[in-house]
Amino acid sequence: MATQTLNRATSGTSTSPAVRQPRKKMSAGRIAAVVVAAAIAVLWLVPFAWGTVTAFKSETDAASPKISWIPPSGFTADAFVKVFQDGNIPLWTWNSLYTSAAITAVTLVISSLVAYALSRIDFKGKKVLMTVIIASIIVPPPVLIIPLFYQMLALHMIDTSWAIILPQVIHPAMVFVLKKFFDQIPRELEEAAVMDGASRMRIFLQVVLPLSRPILAAVAIFVFIGAWNNFLWPFIATNDASLLTLPVGLQTIKSAYGIQYAQNMASALLAALPLIVVFLFFQRQIIKGVATTGLAGT
Amino acid sequence: MSSSLTARRSPGNRVSSPAARETRSSVTRNNLSGWGFATPFLVFFLVFLVWPVVYGIYMSLTGKSLTGANDSVIGLANYAEAFADADMWRSLGNTLYFTVISTVPLVLVALVMAALLNVGLPAQWLWRLSYFAPYLLASTVVSLFFTWMYNPQLGLINDSLSKIGIPKIAWLNDPNVAMWAIVIATLWWTVGFNFLLYLAAMQNIPAQHYEAASLDGAGAWRQLFSITLPQLGPTTVMIVLLQVLASLKIFDQVYQMTAGGPGGATRPVVQYIFETGFTGYRLGYSAAISYIFFGLIVFVSVLQFVITRRRSA
Repeated sequence: MATQTLNRATSGTSTSPAVRQPRKKMSAGRIAAVVVAAAIAVLWLVPFAWGTVTAFKSETDAASPKISWIPPSGFTADAFVKVFQDGNIPLWTWNSLYTSAAITAVTLVISSLVAYALSRIDFKGKKVLMTVIIASIIVPPPVLIIPLFYQMLALHMIDTSWAIILPQVIHPAMVFVLKKFFDQIPRELEEAAVMDGASRMRIFLQVVLPLSRPILAAVAIFVFIGAWNNFLWPFIATNDASLLTLPVGLQTIKSAYGIQYAQNMASALLAALPLIVVFLFFQRQIIKGVATTGLAGT
Repeated sequence: MSSSLTARRSPGNRVSSPAARETRSSVTRNNLSGWGFATPFLVFFLVFLVWPVVYGIYMSLTGKSLTGANDSVIGLANYAEAFADADMWRSLGNTLYFTVISTVPLVLVALVMAALLNVGLPAQWLWRLSYFAPYLLASTVVSLFFTWMYNPQLGLINDSLSKIGIPKIAWLNDPNVAMWAIVIATLWWTVGFNFLLYLAAMQNIPAQHYEAASLDGAGAWRQLFSITLPQLGPTTVMIVLLQVLASLKIFDQVYQMTAGGPGGATRPVVQYIFETGFTGYRLGYSAAISYIFFGLIVFVSVLQFVITRRRSA
C-alpha cells in the first residue's frame, strides 16, 4: 500500500475524477472550487506577505499606528542589514544545518539496518524486538525532557552539539515505515546474490538499498524537517549562544529586539527561507515523502 | 561486523557440513546477523529512549532537584502532591481544551482543502505550495508572524477588523480569546500536513467508483458525499488520532506567544512540566507530572485503538 500511495499521491490531475466528467456539468462547480481554493490560498499567504512587507519597512514605518502595505517613506533593506550586522542568523543557520544533517544521516543508517533485520532475517527475539519498537512510538518526547536533561548533565553533554543530536536519532515509526517497504521487495532479487555467496551486509548494501531510494528519501525528508524545526529539546539542551539552532536563536531575538518590528520580521524571514527554497525545488519529493511517512505514527 | 559475518558464511563450510549441522549453524548465523543489524539502533534506543523512560519513573519517586538538595526516595509523594495541585489540573485542562478546539478545525479545514483540490483544479502545485508551506516553518517563525499580526495597536488583524466595524481585540492578552488566537496560528501552521494526508487518500480512491457514479448521473457534489467522504472513513480516524496526539503535546507556540498567559489562561501541561523542572528546579516533581501526562497519552491512544478496532471489525 505504501508504494501505491507513493505513486498516486503525485499523479495530480490526470487521475482525479472530475476531469473525466462532461465539461458542461462541471464548469460551475469547478469555478466555485477555484474561487474558494484561491480565497484560502490568499488567506494562507497573508502572514508571509505581511511579514515580508514589514521586514522591508523602516522601523518608524513598521511601528506606525497607520497601517500600510506601502510604507510612506518607501521600502528599505535596513532591517536585513542590521540583522546581519548584529545578529547570529548565519551561525544559527549553520548550527541547524549540521545538527539536522547529522541527525538525518544517523537515523537513516541505524533505522534501515534494524528494519532490514526485522524484515528479512529470522532471528531469536525478533518478535519481541518488533513489539518493543512499535510500542515505543507512543512515548511523547516532552515526557523525556526531565530524565534526558539529567542524563545529559551526567554525561557532560549539556551545551554541546551531541546533546542536540544524539537523542533525536531514534525514530521508531520510521523503522516501521522502512520495514514495511523492505517487506515488499521481492525476495527473488536477493536469492541470486545469496547463491553467489554474498553476505547479508552486501545484499543489504548492493541489492536492497538501491531499490529503496524513494523510501529512504521520504524518511530523510521527514526526519530532517522535524530536526530543523525542533524547538523544545534544543532549547533545553543548549544555552551557549554559539550553539543555538535557528528556532532557539530566534526566540532569544524576540526578547532582545523587543519592539524592533522590522528586524523581528527580517529575522523570521531569513529563518524561514532555507526550507522554503528547498521546498520550491523539491516540492514533489517532499510532498510524496510527507504523504508516505505521515501516517506512520499510528 | 560485516567481515566476521562473511567469514561465517564461507561456502566451503556449507558444502562439507551435514544437513543437521547446516541448519543449526544457519540458525546461529541468522541470530548473529539479526542482532548485528539491530545493534546500532538498539544502542541509541536503549541509551536515549528506554533508559530515560525508566530513569524518569525513578526520578518521579524522589525529591531530586537541580540544586541537588534532596535526592532521597520519597515514594509516591510527588504524585500525591500533583493530584492535589490546582496549577497542574489547570494546565492539564488547558491542554485538553486546546486539543478539543484545535482538532476540529485542523481536520475539517484540511478535508475542505483536499476536497477542493480533488475536483481537479488547474495549477495543483500552487495550491499545495500555499497550503503546505507554513508546515515547513519553525514554531518560532510562526510565533513571530502571529504575535506581530495580533498586535492590538499595530497589528494587521485588528486593523482589518476595524475597517468592517469590529472593535479592537486584545488577542493574546485577553484570557477569553488567547487560546483561540493560539488555535488560529496553529491551524495556519500545521493544517497543510493533514491536508496532504487527505489528498493522498483521495487520490487512492479507485477511478472506477467515480466512473460508475457519473454513468448513473451523479454530479460532483453527489459523488463527494456518496463516494469520497465514505471512503475516507479510515483515513479520518487516523488523522484525528494523529492530530489529538500532536495537540496534546502543545508547548512551542504558547510558550513563545503568550508564555502561558495571561494569568496562566493558556499554559499547557508541557509548559508546567518545563517550568517545574527548569525554573522551579524540582526535577522529581516535574518527572511525576510528566508521567501523569504520559498516562493521558497512553489512555487516549488505547481508547482510539479500541475504537478503530471496533470500526474495522
